[in-house]
Amino acid sequence: MRTAIILVIGAALFAALLLLGSNYAIRFATIFAMYATLALSWNFIGGLAGYPSFATAAFFGLGSYASAILQSSGIPMLMAWPIGGLFTAVFAAVIGLAILHLKGHYFAIASLALVEFLRELVNINDQLTGGGMGLNLPVAHAGVTQQALFFLAAMLAVTIVTLLAAVVVSRRKIGFALRCIQQNEDAAIMLGVNARWYKAAAFTLSALFPGVAGGIYASWVHYIDPSDVFDILLSVKPLVMVLLGGLGTLFGPVIGAAVFLVLEEAVWRSFLTVHAAVLGLLIVALVLFLPNGLMAIGRRRRRASQA
Amino acid sequence: MIYLQVLANGVVLGGLYAAIAVGFSLVWGVLNVINMLHGSFIVLGAYVAFFAYGLFGLHPFLAAPIAGAILFAIGFSLQSTVINRVIRAPVLMTLTLTFGLDLLLNNAMLQAFKADYRKVVLDPPLGSMFFGPIVLPLDRVAVMALALLLTYGLYRLLRDSKMGRAIISVRMDREAAALMGVDVMRMQAITFGIGAFMAGAAGSLLSIIYPISPLNSITFLGKAFVVCVIGGLGSVGGAIVGGIALGLIESFAALWFGPEYTVPLSFALLVTFLAVRPTGLLGRRGYE
Amino acid sequence: MTALLKLDGVSRSFKGLRAIDNVSLTVNAGEIVGLIGPNGAGKTTLVNVVTGMYPAMAGRVRLDGRDITRVAPNRIAQLGVARTFQIVQPFPRMTVGENIAAGALFSGGARSLADARARARELARQVGIGDLTDQPAEMLTLARRKRLELAKSLAMRPKLLFLDEVNAGLNPAEIDEALKMISKVAQSGVTIIVIEHLMKVVLSISTRLVVLHHGQLIADGLPQEVVRDPRVAEAYLGKRYVEASRGPSS
Repeated sequence: MRTAIILVIGAALFAALLLLGSNYAIRFATIFAMYATLALSWNFIGGLAGYPSFATAAFFGLGSYASAILQSSGIPMLMAWPIGGLFTAVFAAVIGLAILHLKGHYFAIASLALVEFLRELVNINDQLTGGGMGLNLPVAHAGVTQQALFFLAAMLAVTIVTLLAAVVVSRRKIGFALRCIQQNEDAAIMLGVNARWYKAAAFTLSALFPGVAGGIYASWVHYIDPSDVFDILLSVKPLVMVLLGGLGTLFGPVIGAAVFLVLEEAVWRSFLTVHAAVLGLLIVALVLFLPNGLMAIGRRRRRASQA
Repeated sequence: MIYLQVLANGVVLGGLYAAIAVGFSLVWGVLNVINMLHGSFIVLGAYVAFFAYGLFGLHPFLAAPIAGAILFAIGFSLQSTVINRVIRAPVLMTLTLTFGLDLLLNNAMLQAFKADYRKVVLDPPLGSMFFGPIVLPLDRVAVMALALLLTYGLYRLLRDSKMGRAIISVRMDREAAALMGVDVMRMQAITFGIGAFMAGAAGSLLSIIYPISPLNSITFLGKAFVVCVIGGLGSVGGAIVGGIALGLIESFAALWFGPEYTVPLSFALLVTFLAVRPTGLLGRRGYE
Repeated sequence: MTALLKLDGVSRSFKGLRAIDNVSLTVNAGEIVGLIGPNGAGKTTLVNVVTGMYPAMAGRVRLDGRDITRVAPNRIAQLGVARTFQIVQPFPRMTVGENIAAGALFSGGARSLADARARARELARQVGIGDLTDQPAEMLTLARRKRLELAKSLAMRPKLLFLDEVNAGLNPAEIDEALKMISKVAQSGVTIIVIEHLMKVVLSISTRLVVLHHGQLIADGLPQEVVRDPRVAEAYLGKRYVEASRGPSS
């Protein structure tokens, strides 16, 4: 019930923001949609399955480049995005075979290394990817506001699909299986859970949507380079957003993304140079004082009052 | 002939890598904490050496223990105040926490020192050594030797001193150690401090070789990761084996594929080792 | 009688130590086999090998004629082998009902989550924790956790059930309850292998007794005969005691 209220208020605010019509508001909303997608996607592997993945940036970057390269070969944008996403998903499924049997720290490091590895690989293969010089994407022939709205719609569409996927997963066998795996993987296996398969599915889901979002991002900004789209912060921020909203919850990632981005905007305006430091401070405070996220606050109070 | 040179380069490089990684390995192996601040600690140690040389003319080799001491203090306090609170928490929390702390430290350094690359240029320069057909820059050899000496010191500390035994006992079995009267909290803080000490001292030594900038901290951290995974966690031997292995691999890879491939190669190596032999060459089981 | 489980020369070592050594054993459908032996004899390892947690290094394991030696543990669970753990391993933050439903859903053939939950409620009632289905599993007392383990295993609709030290930590009254439940389960058609320390317990319900010592099978037969086997006494009490108790006549 509480979540529904929060979401209705959020949606109303969102609509109001858009009605303002300013390009700034549209831009902010687009970024929100993008991060909400990343956070929701991360939640599949990090929140539900409990595997601390830092690979989100790897998938985002891969999707960006795949889509950009496809487009420079003449494939239209609207086809390049899903193909890029699928490519990223397949990549995740394959890599998952190599690293999903790792636990804890080892898995985290492997996923982190993936980001660095892909970035350097893209840097080196400059024939294909433009290397450090980056890649330019075709600019559409349409008005600025029209374009802005178009990309917002695209990002939002992906966010909604991701959210739907999250809802479906949470209600069905796969969500249940992932929760079992997260709480006691060995016991789950002995109970008949095919952990390998479910983890791979979660990992693939955590790659598919960021892959598509990356493609949309590339078209939106018209220019990408390796350190831009393979930025480790694209792995860390969604993670922090989910922690903020509530690990493993359904709407936590969305709420966390909203709160985080609003905070970031406020901070960024006032503390331009120490932006990273403030982010660091936020992360530290979050881990120390609010490890269960915002959604847990009301729950704890309610349980305490019932006791 | 060139292989001999590459081999020599690899060994010297390996010694440096071992020094970079040993503190990191200790903290991960004993506390089960991946210290994302490690790279920044190294850079901070390098800055200590830089300013000590610029302001007081103190040679970086002599500044190393001072840098180490300063970093020990920082590490000890960080651990006892902040990091200790999440030491039993899931991996995600400790990683995120140290990541956040590193953002803070790194940004603070950027504010204080700016991003410009500094270097400690020794006057007079150390020149090179000639071993028959092999050329070895003396500064690298000296740093490697001192770094290995430092590492040996840590090894003796862990093996022979009472404190060292206490640290190892915490690594083996935290609860049993507490029952034996070991002040586990204090030992944890000391261990983290020692890890920071090693990073600071190594940074000070490395200041004459690598350019100094907060932007470099991620590079050092990356190397430390790879060394630990290749060599094995929580032991000095592991850091040395891993360091030399990485040094050799990078040197030969640079020869055969080109220097730009060393970074992606080391990460590919990391993932491969994790997939196939996560306990590293020395096979000491780290924590999961 | 049909052979449900057949072990042929199964061995498993850990770091050079032979945990189970060339064990051959047949369990028929409907039996209640007591698996006993001193500490470290390899009883739990045997269970781990059969359930697929560790692969056998030599020999074959057959379930209903089907070779399961190299089959993945989750698949073996689905084929009808369930076990309880000595150190109870629930899903701590899930409710009792959800814990049991997991068994029904992933091996018990439940058609949906709702079906699994319904079955879970019924099973919880049967083992006597029916009023606790909404409690988080981590809040249960030890005795209740053991019941939960049992319910989870039963939810899997097993053909073969390993009960690994189900009575450890229980008081005599609780043990009696547990034994009654085990009988009921056996009557419903599940073949049971009970691993136990307490002789009295194992003798009261087993139709057959199997003894492991240093990883080897040293006795296999009717309970009354096995307990009188000198080798078994030797395993538990040591050679000297057995010889001493035989008196000066030898």
